[in-house]
Amino acid sequence: MSAPLIELRGITRTYGEGEAMVRALDGVDLIIREGEFVAIMGPSGSGKSTAMNIIGCLDRPSDGHYLFNGVEVATLDQDQRALLRRNYLGFVFQGFNLLARTTALENVELPLIYKGQPRAERVARAGAALMRVGLEGREDHAPSQLSGGQQQRVAIARALVGEPMVMLADEPTGNLDTKRSVEIMELLRQLNRDEGLTIVMVTHEEDMAAYASRLVVFTDGRVVRDEPVTEGAA
Amino acid sequence: MLWETVRLAFTAIIRNVLRSFLTVLGVVIGVAAVIAMVTVGQGSSVQVSSNVESLGTNVLVLRSGARMMGPGTRDTAPAFKLSDVEALRELTVLSAVAPVVSTSETAVYGNTNRATSITGTTAAYLDIGGWEIARGRSFTTLEDKSGANVCIIGETVRTALFGATDPTGETIRVKTISCEVIGLLVAKGAGSFGQDQDDIILMPVRTVQRRLIGDQDVASVSMKLASGVSSDRGISEIETLMRERRRIAIGEDDNFSVTDMKEIASMLGSINAVLTGLLSSVAAVSLLVGGIGIMNIMLVSVTERTREIGIRLAVGAQAGQVLMQFLVEAVVLSVIGGVIGILTGLGLAYVASGFMSIPFSPSVSVVALAFFFSAVVGVVFGYFPARAAARLDPIEALRHQ
Repeated sequence: MSAPLIELRGITRTYGEGEAMVRALDGVDLIIREGEFVAIMGPSGSGKSTAMNIIGCLDRPSDGHYLFNGVEVATLDQDQRALLRRNYLGFVFQGFNLLARTTALENVELPLIYKGQPRAERVARAGAALMRVGLEGREDHAPSQLSGGQQQRVAIARALVGEPMVMLADEPTGNLDTKRSVEIMELLRQLNRDEGLTIVMVTHEEDMAAYASRLVVFTDGRVVRDEPVTEGAA
Repeated sequence: MLWETVRLAFTAIIRNVLRSFLTVLGVVIGVAAVIAMVTVGQGSSVQVSSNVESLGTNVLVLRSGARMMGPGTRDTAPAFKLSDVEALRELTVLSAVAPVVSTSETAVYGNTNRATSITGTTAAYLDIGGWEIARGRSFTTLEDKSGANVCIIGETVRTALFGATDPTGETIRVKTISCEVIGLLVAKGAGSFGQDQDDIILMPVRTVQRRLIGDQDVASVSMKLASGVSSDRGISEIETLMRERRRIAIGEDDNFSVTDMKEIASMLGSINAVLTGLLSSVAAVSLLVGGIGIMNIMLVSVTERTREIGIRLAVGAQAGQVLMQFLVEAVVLSVIGGVIGILTGLGLAYVASGFMSIPFSPSVSVVALAFFFSAVVGVVFGYFPARAAARLDPIEALRHQ
């Protein structure tokens, strides 16, 4: 078994203080290893999104340890977390979150700009990433000229372009119809199986979770189920 | 990275051209106003100093009445006569003396006419006033003495009556007299008060006295100091002579005044400086208002682009980079506004200079200063919105609709 890539130990996240304090996460222990495709499920308010934000270093835990690739990252400041996101993480969101009036290629280039890569290299890499998600020929299309499924592919290309250690997908099929959803999930599974990309995905659809290799279920800020997904469900 | 940021700023600005333009309009107007005011102001001080030079700092003017006249006091002081001019001519401290008698009449040539000012004087006036003859000749001594029906016209009068043709040898009619145009003056442009100095007809003093005004009075006397004579010494000799001729007892105040041009020039200069300063400060206020306009729109822009900021933060932009992005955008905006403003201001100043017949004298330092200030406006008023953008929480920003 490979080394833990993401290791959450006793992660707690609280909002507010005193009487009004809410425990979004209440002592979560979770280990995700390289090459895994983890689906996180749970009812709304179960803490699955909070956990995703902490794993994605967008948020900091109130208590507990988060080791990323063996390094404590729970106490990093804002700028250090930005660097971590820049170099090791790729995000895919439910709402695609592409820059409007900006071409597919430029959207995919975005993370590389912050990595300080020269323009020629950025264009080459962004083009290659778009090809990986099957969008060759759409480089100059703005998001408004693309279908929902295509927009999400651009977002996936953007997450891939920086060669991250893990891709974090927050309800990636939430805004798509069944046919497009299946296509996106096939793409994610292919990236996971063929290229060994570690994927952590939040979803509320059983059908989509079935594409993953492991299912983690949250309820009331705790992990209540953690099991491998049985083959052949999809 | 900075270049990327500047490129990004341009992309954001071009994406909404109309709004960007309206945003910078305040800065454009502010900078244009400052540039136009200062350039016109400088042009007019150049004009004043060149007028002083053209008049010569050695020119004195003798007028009837006390120096600081209240209303009506002039009437009690007797006018000068040509005999006073003759007496002044005897003074060795003066190299030239010319009587000046002025009136306004309409000059007619064929079916064209022009209302203009008529100055009755002598050939010495041209020397004192720094006038040169472009065509023809000046008055002869005989013409001066006899009051011949001849005249020398200014460029404006020539253009009005003769167009571009040569006026010398032609005859124009002024009131009841017909006079031959013997000379054309070289154009001088606008005077210190913005008046057109070329809108003039010169005639021998006696001609004007007898035929146009009908008395023997001389309103003022223009004089030129002999070289090496200080204006203080010249003034004191003229005063002594005139007190004697006008029989003013010791202890009594003068009923005439002698002014040197330096005095008038420095007064004009200071009026000019005060006006320029005043107008420029009004313009500077509009620059400030322009800056607030930029801040306002940048704040709106930050709210509008909250999601974009969230996306940038998610893919690894640091707070400082987001701050820099918005700050650079504000600076690029205001610098664009500054450049447009500088060009507009120079254009306005150019047109205004033409209308006011003063030299167009743009100053590199003022343009540089305006450019610098527009960049400063961007930094100062862009900082607050940029900080607001940089402080956004990525999770909140991504959730923003």
